[in-house]
Amino acid sequence: MQLALFLVFGALALGGALNLLLQRHPIYSALSLVVVMMSLAVLYWSLGAEFLAAAQVIVYSGAIMVLFVFVIMLLNAGKEEHTQGSRAAYSVGFPGVAAIFCLLSFVFLSERGALMSTDIGGDLSSAVDNIAQLSAMLFTRQLLPFEVTSVLILVAILGAVVLARKEQ
Amino acid sequence: MVPTAYYLILAAMLFSIGIAAFLIKRNVITIFISIELMLNAVNLTFVAFAHMWHQVSGQIFVFFVMVVAAAEAAVGLAIVLSIFRTRKTLNVDEIDLMKS
Amino acid sequence: MTSMPWSTIWLIPLLPFVGFLINGTLGRRLPRNVVGAVALLFTALPAGLVAWLWVTMCAAEAPRSFVSEIRPNGFDWIAITGFHVNFAFAVDHLTLIMLAVVTGVGFLIHIYSVGYMGHEEGYWRYFAYLNLFMFFMSVLVLAANFLLLFVGWEGVGLASYLLIGFYFKKSSAANAGKKAFIVNRIGDFGFLLAMFLLIAHFGSLSFKEVFAVLTQNPQWQQQGAHFLPAIALLLLLGAAGKSAQIPLYIWLPDAMEGPTPVSALIHAATMVTAGVYMVARCHPLFDSSPFAMMVVAVIGAATALFAASIGMVQNDIKRVLAYSTISQLGYMFMACGVGAYAAGIFHLLTHAFFKALLFLAAGSVIHALSGEQDMRNMGGLRTRTPITFWTMSAGVFAIAGIPPFAGFFSKDEILYRTFTSTNPLHIVLWLVGLLTAGMTSFYMFRLWFKTFFGNAKFERTELENHASAVHARSRTNLMMEAEPNEDQAECPHGVHESPWIMLLPLVVLAILSIVGGWVGIPAALGGNNGMERFLDPVFASNTTGEAAATVGHGLELALAFISVLAALAGFYFAYVSYYKKPGTASTLAARNPTAYSLVKNKYLVDEFYGAYLITPLLMFTRGILELMVELGLVNGSAAAAGATTRGFAWIARKQISGNIRSYAGWLAIGAAAVITAMIFGDALKALL
Repeated sequence: MQLALFLVFGALALGGALNLLLQRHPIYSALSLVVVMMSLAVLYWSLGAEFLAAAQVIVYSGAIMVLFVFVIMLLNAGKEEHTQGSRAAYSVGFPGVAAIFCLLSFVFLSERGALMSTDIGGDLSSAVDNIAQLSAMLFTRQLLPFEVTSVLILVAILGAVVLARKEQ
Repeated sequence: MVPTAYYLILAAMLFSIGIAAFLIKRNVITIFISIELMLNAVNLTFVAFAHMWHQVSGQIFVFFVMVVAAAEAAVGLAIVLSIFRTRKTLNVDEIDLMKS
Repeated sequence: MTSMPWSTIWLIPLLPFVGFLINGTLGRRLPRNVVGAVALLFTALPAGLVAWLWVTMCAAEAPRSFVSEIRPNGFDWIAITGFHVNFAFAVDHLTLIMLAVVTGVGFLIHIYSVGYMGHEEGYWRYFAYLNLFMFFMSVLVLAANFLLLFVGWEGVGLASYLLIGFYFKKSSAANAGKKAFIVNRIGDFGFLLAMFLLIAHFGSLSFKEVFAVLTQNPQWQQQGAHFLPAIALLLLLGAAGKSAQIPLYIWLPDAMEGPTPVSALIHAATMVTAGVYMVARCHPLFDSSPFAMMVVAVIGAATALFAASIGMVQNDIKRVLAYSTISQLGYMFMACGVGAYAAGIFHLLTHAFFKALLFLAAGSVIHALSGEQDMRNMGGLRTRTPITFWTMSAGVFAIAGIPPFAGFFSKDEILYRTFTSTNPLHIVLWLVGLLTAGMTSFYMFRLWFKTFFGNAKFERTELENHASAVHARSRTNLMMEAEPNEDQAECPHGVHESPWIMLLPLVVLAILSIVGGWVGIPAALGGNNGMERFLDPVFASNTTGEAAATVGHGLELALAFISVLAALAGFYFAYVSYYKKPGTASTLAARNPTAYSLVKNKYLVDEFYGAYLITPLLMFTRGILELMVELGLVNGSAAAAGATTRGFAWIARKQISGNIRSYAGWLAIGAAAVITAMIFGDALKALL
């Protein structure tokens, strides 16, 4: 039953990613990424990270991807042209990609025993639920990174405003 | 009872597809999208490990990754806008003024 | 009192070195009289020390010789197992004589130079180099081992180069300096090889130890060990280079490009005698090899005759004196070659006096004529420059060997010892010596007559042209410290006697040329043979000279009479050719044009060397070394290195295409490599 859940939504994520790869129009790629993110949200939930699943849907696909879609429509990006860019990307890049995938799979599969199995649901700890645990850690021990990231967002806002401003 | 390895391999596959997309696509926005795909794959890995070891730090890291991804997407798209205004093109092969 | 001079011996070289440092670093900014005073002070003090040393060592209870280390416990220079060299000075009677010559005559020449070089630019440079020379010569003479002597040897060669090329703006002077140094170097090569052989066979370079080992191993001489003549001949090569003997004499005539006091000091009295000193110092080595001694004697005699023949037809007054020096040095070598070392050193002493005198007087003549050096343009100076005339006459009579002047006693001693020596060729050598004595007398009196007698051949206008030419040389530097008016006051139109500062040393040297020989009057003529007995402690082991002592006085008187006859014959021929009938010489020359031009052109030796030695060497250097090695190898490898780097850079530059996707491709490969290293790192390390 849990395996079926994983397989369905895993396949969905993969399909979305492949679609991203194969589509020529950027808007289709963006929408495919939304599909991937939604599937990943389900997978997070199945791994006991409910808050993150929610954050994924709300923040990632609801805000960031919407931003992408806005920009695509603003710039009126059309179909991609076929320009010959660099040969290095294909001749060197693809073997690199293949190598990375093979290596990672090899490691994960060979360590299958140590990696154990997962149970669906929040069995991180039966006493407290996920949000409470997260916030307990976040606002006490990781307070400094938390505040720094808020500054980071502020800086990003300022940067985006400055960079995107129309020149006078 | 899904073995954690399956999640990890799924994440690896998504990551590889992300890099492949980066290498193939010529539209700069699509390249950004593929970067987001790679980040999501990494997030999945973190969450899987957090679940395996019953640590919440993995999820906190994911949290921060999401925040940084958001900031990066905002700034990056602003840059893309400026480039589009000057170069009138989104084709990454034509934005090569940095070549020697 | 008795220990004082011995612990301060090292001041004798050190003081001139201090003078060199002062004049060399500050001299450019000091006024002329301060420069001269510094130089004179740091030459007078060593002369005083040497005088004190003489007094101490001639006292009754003084040791005959001693070695003084610079520090009480010895100052090591090279100290490795099996080989040891110290900084050590040694003084014995031979050293005393050499020091007296070096410091005494050196001091007189310094005084003379103050006057002679008064108008020259580079005054401070001249005195700095002169003091440097005194330093090195003192080191050479005082050295107690071969290596320290070699230091002095090289140093005087350096000082000679600097001083010959003193007028460095003249290319002939610069070339002459180079020639001197290079020819000296060839001789030094022989000296170095001799030192290596000494280290190999004797294990030491200290004089005392080498000579001790030699006496302890008489079987070497009996068995005819080959290294003994080899060492002696290599030392002779070094001496031939330094003392201008065949085949390395060619630098000395060219060295006359330097200022005249330099010629007097370095190329007459001191540096060129270093070779003779060295042979005398190493006499046990030479005594052990009769073959080497024969070579020494033959080379000495041949050089004497050869140089005298060239000197007879030269027209430049300094060149005549240069060839005369080579010839007299040949005498000294001949004396050493037959075992009469004391006679050779005696002649060295008297030669220092009268040759320095002759050079300085020639300098005075040149100064009087405002730079004229060609004897064909001189004449009648007897009345115009009387003091120069009388002092130079003393020198001329001395070198010609007319009694009772100094040269007669020393030259006669050499000829006598040659005649009575055990050398198989002694009669031939004696005849050569006699003939050379006649020729010496001839060309010196020729010089005397042409310079001082007869009609004045110089024109007043020519004099003024010469004056402006000479003083233009010294006026090239506008920042000359001398006041401009001084030139016109010092060199008025016409011939004038030199200032007293130049005449004083001439007078002193003239007196020495007259009485200097009286210390060595042999018993046959009523003296007590003081010189030979003084040097007995040094040459006591010399046996070949003692054989002559058994011969009676009659032979010695007869030989002396014959040599006086030869000298007077030379005087007569010169008198006839140049005074009574002045055209005789030129008609003789015109009747034998080939012989005359051959001798006049120094037997074309320089040209021979140039064609057969230098040209092939230059061809080899330029053709092979320069073209192949320098241009091909060196430049080529540098260019190759540059091209390789540029090639790699060209390849690397292709990466920077500005294309994001290519960057991404390389990133992917790099990431894969890193992941591989992380995963399989341990396994890879174990594999390696």
